[in-house]
Amino acid sequence: MTRVSKQTLQEWFAAYTFLFPVLLGWGIFVFLAMVMSFYFSFTTFNLLKPPQWLGIDNYIRVIRHPDFLRYAVPNTLKYVAVVVPIQTVLSLIFAFALDQKLRARDFFRTAFYLPSVTSSVVIGIIFVWLFAPQGVINQLLGLDINWLNNTKTSLPTIMVVNIWSTTGTLMLIFLAGLQDIPSELYEAAAIDGATRIQMFRYVTVPLLRPVIFFVVTLGIIGTFQVFDQIYIMTKGGPLKSTMTWVYLIYFWGWQEVRPDMGRASAAAFLLAVTIFVVTMIQRRFLEGSEA
Amino acid sequence: MAQATVARPVALGGEMPLWDRIKVPVFYALLIAWTLIAVLPYWLTVVYSFMPKTEIFAPPRLWPSPFTLENYRVVLTAFDEFPRWLLNSTLFAISATALRVFFAAMAGYAFARMRFPGRNLLFNLVLGSMMLPGMAMLVPQYWMAVKWFKFVDTIYGLTIVWVSSSFAFGVFMMTQFFKQVPRDLEEAAFIDGAGWFTTFFRVILPLARPALLALGILSFQGSWNEFMLSLILLQTPENFTLPLGLAMFRFQYYAIYSNVLAGSLFNSLPIMIIFFVFQRYFVEGITYTGLKGGA
Repeated sequence: MTRVSKQTLQEWFAAYTFLFPVLLGWGIFVFLAMVMSFYFSFTTFNLLKPPQWLGIDNYIRVIRHPDFLRYAVPNTLKYVAVVVPIQTVLSLIFAFALDQKLRARDFFRTAFYLPSVTSSVVIGIIFVWLFAPQGVINQLLGLDINWLNNTKTSLPTIMVVNIWSTTGTLMLIFLAGLQDIPSELYEAAAIDGATRIQMFRYVTVPLLRPVIFFVVTLGIIGTFQVFDQIYIMTKGGPLKSTMTWVYLIYFWGWQEVRPDMGRASAAAFLLAVTIFVVTMIQRRFLEGSEA
Repeated sequence: MAQATVARPVALGGEMPLWDRIKVPVFYALLIAWTLIAVLPYWLTVVYSFMPKTEIFAPPRLWPSPFTLENYRVVLTAFDEFPRWLLNSTLFAISATALRVFFAAMAGYAFARMRFPGRNLLFNLVLGSMMLPGMAMLVPQYWMAVKWFKFVDTIYGLTIVWVSSSFAFGVFMMTQFFKQVPRDLEEAAFIDGAGWFTTFFRVILPLARPALLALGILSFQGSWNEFMLSLILLQTPENFTLPLGLAMFRFQYYAIYSNVLAGSLFNSLPIMIIFFVFQRYFVEGITYTGLKGGA
């Protein structure tokens, strides 16, 4: 039997006192919420109707639902598949350019980051106006497209807005990563006669791999959950062409005449699992390509 | 150019000098192009918010003509709720920032420095919850707000739920920070007979100012701009935050979009001022957890 000293007990007490507010808040609104969410996902209910157990059938109802299968999932996957690579490559290029010893670096960095501090609502409001039929963008391009009201252009337009708003943040992360690479490594490579392309391939890319992983992970988690811009710009329309996974969850849980929060929870759980799996595959992929 | 060619051994290959010659102009062109793309939408918003509402689709210009302050006057006087939204947003952002930073710092310190049963399990659980999409918790959070705590449609309810859901990131960031603070100062305090609480408040918190500021700024930005949780939890217009009110504006006053643009600048301006003043901390906050934390 071990005796716990008074000092140790004091430390335990102090630790749990320090942790108390976080454990209370996080414990209720994250941990318990997640457990409840799991339970809810097997039921059907709303505020007026107590949860009624449906079991795995609830998931089958979600997966078979035409809005889920035909609109929410394909739209979201398209969105992720287009936005993540483009914003990653763009931000890497800009970070690379800013990492050169150019004049006015700080100015460029500030300008690039501006969209990232703006609220998604304001961004949505601005772009609804810019992309309006008689808006600035059509006037500048000499076109007459109803960008947000056309089933072919609505989702791509929202993709463009999202790339515009996140590239700055990701660029900052890449820039910090590039600046962390010791310059001696480049000098050593130069002495060994490496070309600039070889340096990029064998010094920059391998050392930047954890940062690339981080940026792509952030991108995946963020794009799978696209909601704010959809709500502000199109509300899922026209004809569900911008209906995404999270927008559908919101629609089922809060917007329908008879909301079904159980069905919304099941869709949310499927989303959490999907994001987790995609992130893991991505990690395997990025680690697997180790030079 | 001659200098550059002399300095570089021939072994580098023939394609290099060309790239060296065009590199700087190419980079500048890229940077300037994206700067225009990033800044112009804001500038146009400012310009058209100072123009009469009939000119909202007038050909693009870089300066407001004809100039008017009418939109701002209308937003501040004709919409009774607008000042309320500003007040609600300010209350929410300030209290959410203060609570999150203070409590996250306390928890981060405990995780970084103290030994206690359950430490690793708790830390990993909190850390792991960062991976969860916020959406997955929204239904239970709403349910609790309505059925248990009865604080749906209040700013303090929104604050409690937002702060609680965003603890994980803050705790992680503060833990990483405290882990790399040298122990000397604390040890001196302990030798002087100070306990955990005195040491934390007198020695550690003052030392942690940069990290607290970085987290504080990220928190202010996050809560000031927050939308989805407000949309779910707030119901009557007089309790709305500014982003939520603006979202309503956008749909109800589509015909007077100049007013909507003017209103939206009230949301952007404070955060931009803070960004310009505390730029360094924005950068630190973002890069800190991402890199030094080692994903």
